Amino acid sequence: MLEINNLKAYIDTPDGIVKAVDGVSFSIKAGETIGIVGESGSGKSVLAHSLMQLNPKPPVFYPQGEILFEGKNLLQLKEKELRKIRGNEIAMVYQDPMSSLNPVLKIGDQLMEAILTHNPMTKSEARQRAIELLTDVGIPDPKKRLNAYPHQFSGGMRQRVLIAIALACNPKVLIADEPTTALDVTIQAQILELMKRIQEKYGTAIIIISHDLGVIAQMAEKVLVMYSGRIVEKGNVEEIFYQTAMPYTWSLLRSLPRIDSEAHERLLSIEGQPPNLMNPPSGCNFHPRCPFATEQCKLVDPELTERSADHAAACILSEAEFEEAKKRIETKDQERGQGHD
Amino acid sequence: MLHYTLRRLVAIIPVLFIVSIIVFMIIHLTPGNPAFLILGEDSSPEAVEQLEQQLGLDKPKVVQYVDWVGNIVTGDLGASIYSEQPVSEIIGERIGATFSLMVVAMLITLLIAIPTAIFIVWKRNTVMDPLFLSGSLLGTSIPEFWLALLLVLGLGVAIPIFPVAGYVPISEGIGDWLHHLLLPGLVLAFVEIGLIARMLRDSMLESLNQDYTKTARGKGVKESTVLVRHVLANALIPTTTVIGLTVAGLLGGTVIAETIFTIPGIGQLLIDSIHRRDYPVIQGVVLFIACVYVLVNLIVDLLYAFLDPRIRYD
Repeated sequence: MLEINNLKAYIDTPDGIVKAVDGVSFSIKAGETIGIVGESGSGKSVLAHSLMQLNPKPPVFYPQGEILFEGKNLLQLKEKELRKIRGNEIAMVYQDPMSSLNPVLKIGDQLMEAILTHNPMTKSEARQRAIELLTDVGIPDPKKRLNAYPHQFSGGMRQRVLIAIALACNPKVLIADEPTTALDVTIQAQILELMKRIQEKYGTAIIIISHDLGVIAQMAEKVLVMYSGRIVEKGNVEEIFYQTAMPYTWSLLRSLPRIDSEAHERLLSIEGQPPNLMNPPSGCNFHPRCPFATEQCKLVDPELTERSADHAAACILSEAEFEEAKKRIETKDQERGQGHD
Repeated sequence: MLHYTLRRLVAIIPVLFIVSIIVFMIIHLTPGNPAFLILGEDSSPEAVEQLEQQLGLDKPKVVQYVDWVGNIVTGDLGASIYSEQPVSEIIGERIGATFSLMVVAMLITLLIAIPTAIFIVWKRNTVMDPLFLSGSLLGTSIPEFWLALLLVLGLGVAIPIFPVAGYVPISEGIGDWLHHLLLPGLVLAFVEIGLIARMLRDSMLESLNQDYTKTARGKGVKESTVLVRHVLANALIPTTTVIGLTVAGLLGGTVIAETIFTIPGIGQLLIDSIHRRDYPVIQGVVLFIACVYVLVNLIVDLLYAFLDPRIRYD
């Protein structure tokens, strides 16, 4: 339904061109959930906004690639045609519910705006639909709440309203850009549950973007790991989590706190900073931070290569080499850990 | 909302108290004996003493202040030394002209500034924006009296579309009233247009980068709706403060415009009274202007609550 081919989204800044999204390809079918993980600055938000063509132009431009939605390339559509898709066929849930609602408009007006933009309805019909939507996302006493302003809602409630806005026209694709990052853990679970329930009810395809592997594991069937504007590993959730084939993914997973770890154990982090996308390192973008990096990695920029049917990774190490290197590092860590005790 | 209004009203009391002290001091802070200054250099000591008694200047200052405030509270601002007419009556006669001028100036300002700001924000990535920035700076920098003289020469004398001076009350026909006020109104508005349009443009550009604007775009609404319903509605909140200050500032600007265009308003009255050293009138006018300032600020505060629901429900 939605197919992205070799998409590039660059940002033209006074200091040079930032390659925020640099040749990303994937596709999603109805009812499917794809998770995109990556740290801050990996280009996942620019990618998400590209799918709605919501990046400000300028400074963002698209030198290459296509975003095919039901056969139409969004990159070539006129603004007027794009508007018919935005909020109607593809909708988005945003990162920060506290600032994503207009503070001077009533919840009902913001919700009805989303409905009336794409549906020829009377105001009272739209009102009825707004009440339905608020009920759907679990807001109690929706009739009364229509007249409330955003500041009278908590963060979790505001995210529910934003989800209701996104669902206003029964979109085929729902893009959720870090939908739970600004929320606390219990509310996070509720919001994720809500999104799953809505997917089951309407068959919506969901693209969920997060830096939180827990959220991805809970929601997604397929995972794309992004690093410096590219996909460095993609596969099913099980493959990504248990048959990791790319050092970056492996480092990300290792940096997660584990429920069975001792309280005094230090969390592992990935050394260094994400690369400067204006002036990326030679060879593999991850090599300056990669614990397995060899001389070869400074020279060769690895392609995304298939490991099994749906699983692909961008690394020059073979499966056997990677396994051996992992073992080496893990034993070294254990020795160091014991030394500290 | 009622609570908010009451709180704002209470906050006015100390301001008015300080204003009254300052206005009261005008008469005592000017160097020399006021009675002597009023009567002139050739006056006899007896006449000076008599006037001092008449004005109450021989009593202790605190007593004078309390008497004066007591009179003001009952609506008595004293009488003009020059014409012996009550000050409140004199101000009442003049206020219509000044108020008309302010309304016309404000309407011109808003009718030009708001659409200009919206247009500039709409065309923000074009050459219009830098052009606007230098234009608004130029507009704000032009001295009012110079612009006034230029307009009189251009549109009053060379191409006589507008009258060069005078004032017609609105009761004698709205067309005539507006015809006489357009030039002076334009003079007053000119400086403010640049200021308000610039302020609104900046707030709109800031609001444009907010998350809620992205949400609005994400709904697929038209760019014009995004700009007016979402961006402008939020940008008007900080701009209201500037508009409020502008209204108050216009009152000061009327002094120049009224003098050049001979409009019988408060500004002209103030200048005349200063020339005549008519202290009660000066005090009355300054107090009146201060009260308008305070009142405008109160209105701005209440308008704030209207524009921003977050304030309303505090």
